[in-house]
Parts: sequence; C-alpha cells; structure tokens
Amino acid sequence: MIHFSLQKKLHASEGFLTLDVNCEIREGEFISLYGPSGAGKTSLLRMLAGLMQPDSGFIKMNDEIWFDSEKKIKVNPQQRLVGFVFQDYALFPNMNVEENISYASAKSDSKKDIDELLEITGLSGLRDKKIQTLSGGQQQRVALARAIARKPKLLLLDEPLSAIDNELRATLQNTLLTIHSQYNVTSIIVSHNINEIIKLTSKTIHIKNGRLVEYQSPAKIFCNKSEDPSSLKCVFLSAEKSGNDYEVSILAGNQVITINCDEEEAKDLRNGNEIEVSFKGAKVFLRKL
Amino acid sequence: MIETAPIWLTLKLAFLTTIILLFVSIPLAWWLSRTKSIFKTIAQVMVSLPLVLPPTVIGFYLLLAFSPANSFGKFLEHYFDIRLAFSFGGLLIGSVIYSLPFMVHPVLSGLSSLPASLEEASYSLGKTKRQTLFKVLLPNIKPSLLTGIVLAFAHTIGEFGVVLMIGGNIPGRTNLASIAVYDEVEALNYYNANIYAAILVAVSVIILFLLYFSNRKLQEVKIL
Repeated sequence: MIHFSLQKKLHASEGFLTLDVNCEIREGEFISLYGPSGAGKTSLLRMLAGLMQPDSGFIKMNDEIWFDSEKKIKVNPQQRLVGFVFQDYALFPNMNVEENISYASAKSDSKKDIDELLEITGLSGLRDKKIQTLSGGQQQRVALARAIARKPKLLLLDEPLSAIDNELRATLQNTLLTIHSQYNVTSIIVSHNINEIIKLTSKTIHIKNGRLVEYQSPAKIFCNKSEDPSSLKCVFLSAEKSGNDYEVSILAGNQVITINCDEEEAKDLRNGNEIEVSFKGAKVFLRKL
Repeated sequence: MIETAPIWLTLKLAFLTTIILLFVSIPLAWWLSRTKSIFKTIAQVMVSLPLVLPPTVIGFYLLLAFSPANSFGKFLEHYFDIRLAFSFGGLLIGSVIYSLPFMVHPVLSGLSSLPASLEEASYSLGKTKRQTLFKVLLPNIKPSLLTGIVLAFAHTIGEFGVVLMIGGNIPGRTNLASIAVYDEVEALNYYNANIYAAILVAVSVIILFLLYFSNRKLQEVKIL
C-alpha cells in the first residue's frame, strides 16, 4: 500500500497554487489521476518519484518511508524503485531499443527477462533499432518496457498516450492492461480521456486547483450528475441561421452533432463554451454552464 | 631552414591544454547548466572574461602571480619548488585559462539543450549522477564536445599575447610557433616567418575542416 500526504506551493499560470493531496492506494491497484491542466497532476507524480521536493508531508510505501518532512527523511529517486513514463518518453537517443531497456535492468537480470519484456510490448522485431527511427507508438512502448525493466513497486505514467491517435491508443491501452496484470505493479496514470480512465483504472483521483475533490470509481465520477438525466454536457461549436431557426453545432464526446433551436437559446454562446443540452418533447434547450 | 622545435612545442601545449580543459570544463559546464546558485553569475563572468580581455592583460596578471617576488609565486617556490614564470608549466596554466570559454561554452550549450527528463529518467532508473553523465548526457552531446575540443586546441595554437607575457621566448621551453613567426620577422627572415606562418595556417584549416566535416556526419547519423 502507498499512503501519501503532500503539500507544495507551485507556480501556476494564474499565480500561485497550493497542492495539497492526501491519498491511500492499495497494492496492485491501477489508479487514474484526472483534472484540468495546471491542477498539479504532473507535480504530484514528480514528488512521488522523488524528482521534486514537497514543502511538507510524507510518502509511505508499504513499510518504507520515502519522504517525511518532520523526520527529515528523503529517499533519492535512485532508491525509490519507481518506474516513470515521461510525457516526452525521455528515451536515450544514444542507445538502441534493447540498450534503453537493459540500461534500466539490474545486473542480475538475465537476457531472458529483457526478451520477455520485448515480447510483451511487441518490440522483439525492433530491438536493434535507433530511437530516432521509431514511431510515436513504438517509442511509447520502449518507454513503458524501460520503466518495467526497473522492476518498480510503483509505476507512474504521465499522459503516456496523449500524443497517439485513437486506433493505436486502444492497442496500447491493452498493452498497459497486460503489463499491469502480469507484473501486478501499483500504477498511477495521468489521463484526460474518460474512456481510457474507465477502461484501465479502478479508481480515479480527481484534483482541481491542487486539491483532491473526489477519489472513487471513475464510473461514479464521470456519470451524469445533473438533476435532469435527459440532459447532456457538451461543448458549443458554432451557430448558423437557417430559416426561422438556428442550426447549432455541438461537440458531444468525440462526435459533432447538429441540432435546431431558437435564436434565444443560441445567441449568447461562443465557441468553446460548455453547455448543457436538454430535450423536452421536440424542443431543445441550451444552457451555458 | 627553420627549427621544428617551436612547432612540436605548440602542438604539445595545445594537446595538454585540451586534455586539462576537458577534465575542468565538463564538471564546470554541468554545474553551470543545473545550478541556481548566486555564484553562477560570478562563475559565468570568470569563464567568459578571457573572451573580452586583451591577452596581454591576462598574461600580465599571470606573470605577476607566478613571479617569485609575489606571494603566490613565492608560496609555490617555497613549498613545492615550482617556478611557473617563463616555464612550460606556466604556459600551460595560462593556456588553460585563456581557452577555458572555448571549451566550456559549447559543452554548456550542449548540456542545456538536452531535456531535463533524460537526466531524471536515468535517476529514476537507479543510476547515479556519474553514470548518468557518462552514459546518457555526454554521449548525447558529442557534436558539442567535439566543437569544444577542436576550438580549444585551435585557439591554443593561435595564442600569442598570453604566452609571450608568461613564457617569453626561451628556445625549447617557451618558444612557440606563433612567437617564432614574430621573431623571424623582427630579424627580417621573411622566408622562415613564412614557413612557420604557412604551417600554422595549414594546421588550423585542417583542424577546422575536420570539425565541420565530422559534425556534419554526426548530424546525418542523428537524422537517419
């Protein structure tokens, strides 16, 4: 089990932000970290990995203390046994695929362990390839294999799939699930993709402005919480006059849909506004959130 | 015919200066690229000073420092039996100081251009700072290292003011090729001066050509 309570004052785009998160994660659990940009998600991962020093708090990994501001304990990143998958992958360009992975493994590890890892991540055919020649998805796999080669107690994934197209994303999500079940490592993934969060993780830490607002199953966090269950949260795109009505384009999930409504409903909306769309009979109502 | 000793002495000085600069500049550039200490600015000024000062000024102060009449020189002579003024050792120290920015600046810009995540990834994979430096950081700034090595070497070959002040012109000990050119011209031996000068031009052109050619090759490897 990992238990942490971390506080740190951060420089955010809109002035200072105080990150203050207290959380307990069971061993072997796959957790997602969700929240708007600049909420402190990456900083939280960096503090867990020992790459950023918290102002106060503690991190307890099973019986080990990784950080405790009161007892003045601070374990180096080298000693923490954390696998970190960076957003930019941070692969070493001077090494090929296999060298990147074996750099992470202990001397006692056999070649068989590395072969197995290459197999699971689908990299067996690419082991001698230079990093610069790989596609984004392949680089992502190498970063993942390298983090696992460390045999971590905690796997931290900082938006690992954000730069990858949807089709490949689904395959890589499956790879993540395979790795998680095979190595049973406690994992935290930062993601903005609700589908991905629900598919991969059993619990979601929802943080906003540096505070933990919710910590429960993703299905509960993302279910429609408005009073009217027939309403949808969407994003307003554009409106065009068509006859007496207005033709309004809105983004619902990943789909753009077009609906007709009165001028009154659409006149104050601007591109990017979050809106609630509700249907009563044949009529459509738009409300700015 | 000309003496070959000044040419060999010049090459020896340039070679040793470059080796010493490598050992000094890599840790210094690494520290400069990472530190937020208030001493950073002071260190940057000291490193860059030889770029703006007239070489004779550096040579003058080093000569004063090395002189047994002054405290530092007296200290060296008394405790270590070393006299740096008008010696090859003195030339070496002067050259290292004078060429320091030519090695530190390329290495520093190379290290600064690497994303911080490379270093952090290596730490979180359990590697020490030393392993990270030698296995991840330095291999990824090869063009910068090569530029530093070549510029420091070439710049030492081209020294005149500093070495003349500290070393004088003692045959076989401090008589470098650049000083030999000056000497021969003063003695109106234009033919000899020409030979020394031509050799210096040839060596410099070859060195710079090798630098740009191999950096181009390294870039191509990176792109492929």
